[in-house]
Amino acid sequence: MADAMADIALTLPPSRLLAGLKRGGARLWVGAALVAVLVLVAAFAPVLAPHDPLEQDLMSAQLPPAWMQGGDHAYLLGTDSLGRCVLSRLIYSARIAVAVALIAATLAALIGVALGLFAGSFGGWVDQLISRLIDVWMAFPPVLLSIVLAAVIGAGLTSVIAAIVVVDWTRFARVVRAETMVQLTRDYAAAARVIGLSRAKLLRLEVLPNLVPLLVTLLAVEMGIAILVEVILSFVGISVAGDTPTWGSMIAEGRQIVYQAPWIMALPIVCIISSVIGLNLLGDGLRLALDPVQRS
Amino acid sequence: MRWGEIIKRLVLVPPTLFGVAVIVFVLLRVVPGDPIAMMIPPGASEADITRLRALYGLDQPILQQFATWLGQVASGDLGRSISVRQGVLDLLLARLPATIELALLATVIAVVLGVLVALAGILLRGRRAEWAVDGGVGALLAIPDFLWALILLLLFGVLIPWLPISGRVDPQIDIDLRSNFYLLESLLTGRFDTASALLHHMFLPALALALPFAALVARILKASLADAEDQDYAQIARARGYSRPAILLHEVFPNALIPTVALGGVQLTLLLGGTVLVERIFSYEGIGNMAIDAVINRDFPLIQGLVLTFAVLFIALNLAVDLVVALLDPRLRHG
Repeated sequence: MADAMADIALTLPPSRLLAGLKRGGARLWVGAALVAVLVLVAAFAPVLAPHDPLEQDLMSAQLPPAWMQGGDHAYLLGTDSLGRCVLSRLIYSARIAVAVALIAATLAALIGVALGLFAGSFGGWVDQLISRLIDVWMAFPPVLLSIVLAAVIGAGLTSVIAAIVVVDWTRFARVVRAETMVQLTRDYAAAARVIGLSRAKLLRLEVLPNLVPLLVTLLAVEMGIAILVEVILSFVGISVAGDTPTWGSMIAEGRQIVYQAPWIMALPIVCIISSVIGLNLLGDGLRLALDPVQRS
Repeated sequence: MRWGEIIKRLVLVPPTLFGVAVIVFVLLRVVPGDPIAMMIPPGASEADITRLRALYGLDQPILQQFATWLGQVASGDLGRSISVRQGVLDLLLARLPATIELALLATVIAVVLGVLVALAGILLRGRRAEWAVDGGVGALLAIPDFLWALILLLLFGVLIPWLPISGRVDPQIDIDLRSNFYLLESLLTGRFDTASALLHHMFLPALALALPFAALVARILKASLADAEDQDYAQIARARGYSRPAILLHEVFPNALIPTVALGGVQLTLLLGGTVLVERIFSYEGIGNMAIDAVINRDFPLIQGLVLTFAVLFIALNLAVDLVVALLDPRLRHG
């Protein structure tokens, strides 16, 4: 997929690339900005965080943010019930979010796209088998399935990623299957067959590039979903190891003392919403910018 | 959707159920390796373990185990919970009504809210205010139910303490009801003070579940209304001098309803799935909250029963939506 995207970027003359970026509009830019902030914060967490996220200071527990009554300037966004710096914990949590979003969404996309292409291009029993598999998957509530999976596999980042991939490949498979079928009925696919292109080549060279705008959107949305699922799993307490800061575990801790220190729960929610909306906007914007129909 | 399609859907139910059973079995019996290891207290003797293994049939070949298990499940025997030490089926039946009531209330709120917003959007069509409605709907859709739950809890439970944020009912209220459908029963038997206490507790979780669903209903219904309003029959009615609200209500609305139910209905399963976390956040005693407890306690028989229950509800809900769509479609009604 990355190859196909690079192809598009390379084959576009600069003026078209610019036109594409223009078409993406405000969504593309706002989305890209929000996602860039998230990625940069994750990458430079050790530089940005004012404190060690695990360092406890029981003398200054549950401090409110600095601008509120009783706040301390050393702790800009206050401290939690163990006196750990909330800002530093929020910053370090972004690392888990970005890691899960990148790895889980990419793996789910690879599996889903492969199975979707198979089902859509072979038809017959291959399609029946994959479609029934998708039916069975769709019969489970995704949140419950990933909670159970993560619990069964055991705690840790790998199990969180596995839980997301195993649950969410269907999102890609369903769409790619339907879209492949549509693309194969088009004239260009028939023409490619006439000149003797093999099925694999037809899919790789002709069909897949046409799916790129769709896949980019799906991938961005899936990254948002992956971030949300990780939040859910760590909120429930079955994500990465206990003391690693994550937005979900911060919310769970904040829920316990929500009347005394509501900001502890509110701040990670703000981070999650800005990340997820950023990814959704970026996906939308990229779809508009890359859409081959609008390009011509 | 034709009747043939519906029959096709019905035919696919048994294989889907079988597939669900296989997944649940593999997930909870094969993947964790040894379920006995999860059950035994530390310091159990070798003989105890062997005895337990035989008791649960774990010394049998895996296919044999699957056949036995499938037979038990099919006859309603879901085993005993390890952490609560009660029959899984009894536990499920005791808690399921709370979740069904919550999901129903959420659906009612979502449909009312969604229809109102869609009608507002269509009446404002072409004006600047339409953008505000569309933008609001987009924001509601982008944020999932469990985040709404947390936001509502902070806003209306903590910052402005209007409503209670945990449990199904106040502990001091004496629930003297025969069924576990507290809300339905108290409404039907006229105990309105109990019903009001229940509704106070249910409102925030139900609203959290309802908001993304309402946004979806609003978006689809508005698009279908706009579509239907541009059709010839609506234009002709307009030319004949019928008022716009009358045309919308009598001519356009019934036709726009079909795609809304078809597309929105599928999303009802998402609302049901959302109860797992929303119940947890509001400490509401339904099967969703119980599922998370079961996972934390590694109570495999209970998890198994809960996952199966959700799957059966999902499949039933999807079928019901298909049927309703078929009944709404006049092309099917008149043969």
